[in-house]
Amino acid sequence: MNVTQALSAAKAAEKTARESYGRLLSLLASRSGDLAGAQDALADAFRSALETWGAKGVPDNPEAWLLTVARNRQRDVRGSAAARTSVPLIEDDINAMFLIETPTDRDAIPDDRMKLLFVCAHPAIDAAMRAPLMMQTVLGLDADVIARAFMVPAAAMAQRLVRVKRKIKEAVIPFELPSRSDMAERLEGVLEAIYGAFSIGWEQIESAEEADDDNLADEARYLADLLARLLPDDAEVLGLAACISLSNARRAARVSADGAYVPLESQDTARWDAKQIAWGERLLQRAQKLNAVGRFQLEAAIQSVHVARAQSGFTDWAALSLLYQGLMQMAPSIGSAVGRAIAIGHAQNAPAGLAALAQIEVSVRDEFQPAWAARAHLLAMDGRNAEAVQALDQAIQRATGAGVKRELLKRRSLLTG
Amino acid sequence: MKYTLFLYNDEAAMANAPAAAMQQVQAAFQGYTQALKDAGVFVATDWLRPSGTATVITLKDGARRVQDGPYAASKEQLGGFYVINVANLDEALKWAEQCPAAKRGLIEVRPSALG
Repeated sequence: MNVTQALSAAKAAEKTARESYGRLLSLLASRSGDLAGAQDALADAFRSALETWGAKGVPDNPEAWLLTVARNRQRDVRGSAAARTSVPLIEDDINAMFLIETPTDRDAIPDDRMKLLFVCAHPAIDAAMRAPLMMQTVLGLDADVIARAFMVPAAAMAQRLVRVKRKIKEAVIPFELPSRSDMAERLEGVLEAIYGAFSIGWEQIESAEEADDDNLADEARYLADLLARLLPDDAEVLGLAACISLSNARRAARVSADGAYVPLESQDTARWDAKQIAWGERLLQRAQKLNAVGRFQLEAAIQSVHVARAQSGFTDWAALSLLYQGLMQMAPSIGSAVGRAIAIGHAQNAPAGLAALAQIEVSVRDEFQPAWAARAHLLAMDGRNAEAVQALDQAIQRATGAGVKRELLKRRSLLTG
Repeated sequence: MKYTLFLYNDEAAMANAPAAAMQQVQAAFQGYTQALKDAGVFVATDWLRPSGTATVITLKDGARRVQDGPYAASKEQLGGFYVINVANLDEALKWAEQCPAAKRGLIEVRPSALG
């Protein structure tokens, strides 16, 4: 094996790994019901690919090659005594692989990733493990990368992933698409897991010292886009993908050159990602045509109003207050109640916004940092600076991210200075 | 694949139920058992006396110890079980959902370790 061949083999394997890991794994696992076993078989196939492709060149259809080797490996393991955990692939087997007639069209390999997503978000799976499991199996991320993203010790994450895969195998959670009557409920689990992962990534950006490239938000976006390609006629699926794209488009602008957190209203719109915005808008338009308004579509519409400022130069607060109103009816949350109060404050006047804020239950509102920040913002708009400073102090006490805390302190010094 | 459905219920509520209501519950369970048999998934079932009748025995610490049960004191107690033979967890959950015990209490669905 010469160096150039080895390098091109490594590159081809890496490219195939990124593009095809979830496709191949879902095919291998949907037959056997054993995710961990399928992962081992696929890892072996990738290892063989590195050696064999380096020596003999990259096959015409790398995916089909990997699938065949991994299937043989699964068969070997099934055939061997349970005690033997490692069976080396026979060289002849691999040579024979090049002679097998394999489909050259990538689409000839069926796509079972949807089934894999439904297994990962099955109601019998611990809700906190659904997104990590998707990332490991659909995206092929390493357990330690996932652990970092979810801020969990690596060993703990690895162990939880092993446990959850064992449950899938031993309790026999089927790799099947849900029936029509179960579809909406099961799909909600998938959407929640992806949205939850995106939210965690988004909060990390808020508290990060600088915008990092390797973020959970990107992985969630990849999953949401994949889901939108697999289910292009589901309004909520499109809504989620749109919401994530339109939010993620503003990511770079959330951190200034000196590492400070930049709130939405002060962001330099030139630093927003026009491509992600365009993609998000396309998804949202498609969702709107389906005439089935849902929570994620409303979230996406809210993001769309915010990014429209890049073109119009202003924020349509009246539209925002209506959208938040709808969101609160569909999926009430403290976040949307606070968003609505700010929107009303701008669309009408600060006292109206404060009145909307006062409608939120005190015990919930008092513990929620953004509610205090919103109160401070509305009070300052109304010229009530002393009270605004008091509210900011409450917000600062409850801020968890360093970036957000700095921003709140800055607002405080502007009011007192 | 065999699954056992462990039926947990609130014993106090059951004990206070009028006789007519208990007869209805019994009829519902008989109907359910028949439905399992008709579908060819029935393996076994039993109904248990209240947990006040339970006795716990162990040799764990070397000596034989017998004491008044049940093993765990909680509001919801194991009141019976069904063993069914179905293809996967989703089918097991579908059957569990139809069990009369699900309306009043809760059902733990566990796969068999013997297949």
